[in-house]
Amino acid sequence: MAKADSIISISGVTKRFGPVTAVDDISFDISRGEFFSLLGSSGCGKTTLLRMLAGFEQPTEGEIFIDSEPMAGVPANHRPTNMVFQSYAIFPHLNVGENIGYGLRNAAISKDEAGKRVSDALELVKLSGYGGRAAHQLSGGQRQRVALARALVCRPKVLLLDEPLGALDKNLREEMQIELRALQRTVGITFVFVTHDQEEALTLSDRIAVMSKGRVLQIDAPEALYENPNCREVAEFIGTMNVFSGRIAASAKGATTIDARALGKLQARGTSRKGDYAFLAVRPEKLKLMTKKPAASMNAIAGVVSAISYRGDRHHFLVTAEGHDRPISVSQQNDSDTKSTPMNVGAKVWITWPATTGRVLSH
Amino acid sequence: MTSPKPRRQWPDWLAGYALLSPALLVMAATLAAPVIALFVLSFWSQTGFDIDRSFTLANYWKLIEPSSEPMVWMGIPFPFAYPVAAILMLKSLVMSLVATVVVIAMAYPMAYFLAFRVTRHKALWIILLTIPFWTSYLLRVFAWKIVLGYNGAINTGLKSLGIIEAPLEFLLYNPIAVMITLAHAWIAFTVLPIYVSLEKIDRSLLEAATDLGDSRWQRFWRVTLPLSAPGTIAAALLVFIPTVGDYVTPTLVGGPGGTMIGTLMQELFLRQDNAPLGAALAIVMMAIIAGIVALFLWAVGYSKMRERSR
Repeated sequence: MAKADSIISISGVTKRFGPVTAVDDISFDISRGEFFSLLGSSGCGKTTLLRMLAGFEQPTEGEIFIDSEPMAGVPANHRPTNMVFQSYAIFPHLNVGENIGYGLRNAAISKDEAGKRVSDALELVKLSGYGGRAAHQLSGGQRQRVALARALVCRPKVLLLDEPLGALDKNLREEMQIELRALQRTVGITFVFVTHDQEEALTLSDRIAVMSKGRVLQIDAPEALYENPNCREVAEFIGTMNVFSGRIAASAKGATTIDARALGKLQARGTSRKGDYAFLAVRPEKLKLMTKKPAASMNAIAGVVSAISYRGDRHHFLVTAEGHDRPISVSQQNDSDTKSTPMNVGAKVWITWPATTGRVLSH
Repeated sequence: MTSPKPRRQWPDWLAGYALLSPALLVMAATLAAPVIALFVLSFWSQTGFDIDRSFTLANYWKLIEPSSEPMVWMGIPFPFAYPVAAILMLKSLVMSLVATVVVIAMAYPMAYFLAFRVTRHKALWIILLTIPFWTSYLLRVFAWKIVLGYNGAINTGLKSLGIIEAPLEFLLYNPIAVMITLAHAWIAFTVLPIYVSLEKIDRSLLEAATDLGDSRWQRFWRVTLPLSAPGTIAAALLVFIPTVGDYVTPTLVGGPGGTMIGTLMQELFLRQDNAPLGAALAIVMMAIIAGIVALFLWAVGYSKMRERSR
């Protein structure tokens, strides 16, 4: 059953389309006022889950509660949710004001009250004075704002957003992310946000559910997802991750040694059973490149620089190490005064990092 | 020094007309020329077997010449010396309008079904819609004669069921028979434009309407119908414009009560041997239809509709 502070409670929900299982036995709660993201690549079931919350699809199995009310049999037009569609779905035959006021015609409020709420909503999304504009005169960013205002004006308990920033160009998208986050804090409504863009999810969300093949892999705050992924798939989906594999040579008190064959013995946080096959995951920015072999207490892998790319604030290196099939990513901040990097392609280097920055993953 | 000879480029507008020229020639020969001929003819006059080519407005005057003793038809007074033209004009417009309304009322649900309910074999359904065209227009009109006739399908059917004793005579040779036949003949033309405009509607707009609280009916009135209006209006005009002047159907199934303006025109040209008056009548009819269509498009805001569907 639903917890008291949760606005949405998803319990054992499965959705099948014929032989395809789009959503596979998912259960979790979303708290009141939370900015919650469903993150995953296309086909992972995130949109299907969102559409089940909206009432456009019915779960094959399981139950959904919104504000403790069971949603089974409640049609989309009677749910306390509103949606911002990926295509924005702005009604082309109505002007901006009529679009935003669309849902208010179905609410039991006076014309004056509706007019006031529309102009408040226009102000909220910074489109004051645009009420009379025709839908086809709007730019992409403006359409997005209209879609947002049209949903928010109905004062839903939950706002559902289906990749709403996907169609915008990069600069506008970043600007809208900041606005969206600020807007959510202002209105205090629970946002459920579907995206395939991990950076966007990290920037916006209080919590993120990472989905794959119809299942939820991990639900956590952005920092926790980035620093402590619970499996290899999450680790590799969020940001860049170097993964080394091997058998556990020793494990005690949260410190583990993995025997990574040709790469030697590597140490990391986490506990696992001795002899098990496991992964060591470490982020590129935790690694350092050195020209001399480091102290024995540090993890160290010898390799050759195979590519360097300049990213402005940092340099990105790819290092090939014998016995490891994928190049290792190393990211180094350009925080010193030196204009050029001392490393060149072909240079022999040592990659090094302390035992505490890597993490052991069992799968 | 030799420089490459610049290739002569046709200006865009000229190239456009060049591409259009075959169609333009056909249009000019079969549409513009006859209309111009008709227009010129309407200012001449008939004198016995000859045509007097001196300019006169007498034909137009005849159509609107007032009379102090109005002729009353269906309770409406027609204060004209030659009232038959005005009466048949009004009658034709009303009959076509009814046929158009019937056609749209039947075609819209068909198009809706095709656009929203049929998911597989859409092409097959569209081919099925064209089946009525596999026979000629004339045969389809004749078929209604057989269905509605004195010894037709309906009468013999009802008689053999014992529901009626004598054949129903009101089925054929009246305005209703004409309207039924017109509606049937034109319905297949209208499903397609309506279907196209429904098919074009972004499905997320319908979901958005539901999401914002609309029931199915509210959604239909507020989103589906307005967005399919351009195609529906085009379909309605496609029926209305040609049926006003139709004369095959009223001649075959209309009887004396079902005559329309086209019947009168044919009479004037052929039997009464007064082509100039017939021409004037045709020109007036075209002008009236054009006026009605323009008024209608203005009333429904068609130009705005086109602007936003771009």
